[in-house]
Amino acid sequence: MRVLMFGWEFPPHISGGLGTACYGLTRGLAFRDVDVIFAVPKAYGDEDQSNVRLIGASQVPVRKRSFVFKNDLVTNHENFTEERSRELVYIEIGSRLVPYLSPEEFEQYIRDRVIEEDYSWSRPIDREIPATATLTDVIGTIDFTGKYGPDLMQEVSNYALVASEIALENDFDIIHAHDWLTYPAGIAAKKSSGKPLVVHVHATEFDRTGENYNTIVFDIEKAGMEVADLVITVSNLTRNIVIKRYGIDPKKVVTVYNAVESGNENRIDQPVKSVEEKVVTFLGRITYQKGPEYFMEAAAKVLKHADNVRFVMAGSGDLLRKMIRYAARLGITEKFHFTDFLKGPEVDLMFSLSDVYVMPSVSEPFGISPLEAMRSNVPVIISKQSGVSEVLKHAIKIDFWDVDAMADAIYGLVTYESLPTMFRQFGKEEVENMKWENAALQIKNCYIKLLYPSS
Amino acid sequence: MRNICFYFQVHQPFRLKRYRFFDLGNDHYYYDDYLNKHILKKVANRCYLPTNELLYNLIKENGNQFKVAFSLTGVFLEQLELYAPEVIKSFRKLADTGCVEFLSETYSHSLASQADPDEFIDQVNQHRKKIEDLFRVTPKVFRNTELVYSDAVGEQVSKMGFTSMLAEGAKHVLGWKSPNFLYYNVLNPRLKVLLRNYKLSDDIAFRFSNRSWSEWPLKADKYIQWIKALPKEEEFVNLFMDYETFGEHQPLESGIHMFLENLVRMVISDPELGFTTPSELTERYQPVAPLSVPYPSSWADEERDLSAWLGNEMQKEAFGRLNSLRNLVILAGDKDLTKDYDYLQASDHFYYMSTKFFADQSVHNYFNPYNSPYDAFINYMNVLSDFIIRLEKKTKRIRFHGIPLEELSGQALEQAILSYEGTLKELRKRRNLMTKSKDTSTPAKTNPTKDFPPETAKVKKKKN
Repeated sequence: MRVLMFGWEFPPHISGGLGTACYGLTRGLAFRDVDVIFAVPKAYGDEDQSNVRLIGASQVPVRKRSFVFKNDLVTNHENFTEERSRELVYIEIGSRLVPYLSPEEFEQYIRDRVIEEDYSWSRPIDREIPATATLTDVIGTIDFTGKYGPDLMQEVSNYALVASEIALENDFDIIHAHDWLTYPAGIAAKKSSGKPLVVHVHATEFDRTGENYNTIVFDIEKAGMEVADLVITVSNLTRNIVIKRYGIDPKKVVTVYNAVESGNENRIDQPVKSVEEKVVTFLGRITYQKGPEYFMEAAAKVLKHADNVRFVMAGSGDLLRKMIRYAARLGITEKFHFTDFLKGPEVDLMFSLSDVYVMPSVSEPFGISPLEAMRSNVPVIISKQSGVSEVLKHAIKIDFWDVDAMADAIYGLVTYESLPTMFRQFGKEEVENMKWENAALQIKNCYIKLLYPSS
Repeated sequence: MRNICFYFQVHQPFRLKRYRFFDLGNDHYYYDDYLNKHILKKVANRCYLPTNELLYNLIKENGNQFKVAFSLTGVFLEQLELYAPEVIKSFRKLADTGCVEFLSETYSHSLASQADPDEFIDQVNQHRKKIEDLFRVTPKVFRNTELVYSDAVGEQVSKMGFTSMLAEGAKHVLGWKSPNFLYYNVLNPRLKVLLRNYKLSDDIAFRFSNRSWSEWPLKADKYIQWIKALPKEEEFVNLFMDYETFGEHQPLESGIHMFLENLVRMVISDPELGFTTPSELTERYQPVAPLSVPYPSSWADEERDLSAWLGNEMQKEAFGRLNSLRNLVILAGDKDLTKDYDYLQASDHFYYMSTKFFADQSVHNYFNPYNSPYDAFINYMNVLSDFIIRLEKKTKRIRFHGIPLEELSGQALEQAILSYEGTLKELRKRRNLMTKSKDTSTPAKTNPTKDFPPETAKVKKKKN
């Protein structure tokens, strides 16, 4: 069985949960004997282009290479022997798509990177996302002229166009697209190949923006889910949104929970913790959806009664400045620290310095970071409004707005010694049992049902 | 003649209210009155009152041929006094028939048998006093919280003067042996041990209304056939269960009352069968063999051990912390502190902290006010922390010959230790008689027996 997957990112450049999930899933599928053609958007720059090969006549630069999962990459599962390694066909498509950005943010992102005097970024959006030759010309000449539409929707439709080419040129059984930016690509691939489409919902527009959602994005999501033969959601929380807000038939929506990569044991050998106090950490984008202000209010309550604790808010986002001012107003800056954005190894370091990890998300389709914290033996407090709370047992679960409960849980974890012991004992084990192989097996079974409906 | 020995356990803890860490030092009331009242009233209406009435009628109808035994915990009786005094009245009515035996146990349904032997004795005495006060009878047979039993517990119980005790007929304890005989404690052969027939007991207590059970629906005649089918030489069967089985765990709609009623009538009309009580069994039969139980067993879960209460780190920390306070509580001699100490002893608090049940939550979520064991632990520890603050404040004022305890040293410290050892012994005696708060500023000198001073000295070192 072979899958054409429109995914995000690939090591070593992984910037967020979506990339991590796509990568983990790909590895899991390889373990389950599913071949994957993995297509990612990637704008060319300083990268090695020796393997680049142009596909088709569209002049879109596409780099195709093979990649073999080595044993140490796929979880150290005993059954996973050399012979079971799968070859992965990896395709990079010249596109500036980046996950997580709204159309407005995307404009800013592009503007920050290219000083461009005369672009027309108010191009009307074509809802049908047609594959026209002119569009491919635009993208095909990115690196030479620097002239392109700074319009996210433009990129999305360009990407879809290439997708339909790839679908024609490659041999596969099923198409799998991750999140809305690749849904048009999935739809196009389905149209040109006639193969079934699976869309994987890691987040919806409602999770990203609340009620003031972008109707264009919503429409793309809805179209993707409607055209899809199967919709996979990362939690029942998200499944309900897909059914209720997008009106999708519950029969074709299934929940497959994310998993977590088993940890590199050699990540941080000796954490250099320089403070005596216990460290309580918030790590994530500092945006409304992540609930940073609830964390801060809980911190203020704890600090009023306990002096053996410090708080860290790691990450950046549109609420960062507001949060800094808020900390000042609450008078807790002496024990409340900001780190700004943390990169990969810094995240590991942060976990290794932490005694408690808090994820107070207002809305979180899944939330992989608590699993990463638990893998580093850090006890976690998570909001009941997160998908991950549906599967985790060894975590303290609170409502994001219940600042008292959050404060109490933090106090308990830094005060009563047996609690962290319990989490070290059970939490890590629990997380290590959440393997991508298992999630991949569920997905493989979904594929089989789609391909052979009678069986 | 084969006898059925029914024994019903009745207990409700004082459940704690949500107690946040910022309440520490501010709020000294720990109980969720609304929840406790609500649960007690509900169960009283569904189970205690109607089942008591049924039992009373069955006793009246059958002269003194129908007999049962109860164990009512002290904290349960206290809640009845607060919220449902009519239930006490109906238990009294049962007691007055002479066909109902009341068993002895710990006042708070506690795990004191796993902690301090003196505390264990105190709580048993306290419970006996309560039963004597309310029902004018003195319990003769002992049953420990959740039927916790081991050789060592048996020996302690025998030292308290009991000649028999109840325990679980657990497979890992009995092996091939049958629970339908009397056994004796290996350390002290004078203590007889009555074992629960868990198969026949659980058929009623757990499986009665389970429609996927192959024997459903269970009717009295079928059940009686099972009892009669036992080997000839087995002369009695011990059916021990929670009283809440009748109307609460097994709802009235399941026909559980009808089953009980029919069972009693059919047993009495059958010349081969009859009813008995634990004390009658103790008097009538001789033990057939020693029972060796080196590790504590209980009637809970598949494992039938203590792991539901003292299995994980949290439970051990909370239980250890609680027990370390015993001497201070006695020394403080404060009525309110003593009462809180009693309520905090209830095994239920530790049960809520168990992490064993993520898979099988049904039985364990019963009346459980917490979302998770972690939640239960944090709440309990917050309450206990406040309790410790109060206790330390109270004991801080205690002086020995005018010198605060924390300033004592050398000879004076040795004298104080000797002196307080005596004081403790005396206070304990007085506590058993349910005395009111006592001024401890002039300690009397008596013989030293207790080992309290090292701990007290440690606590004293903390300055506020």
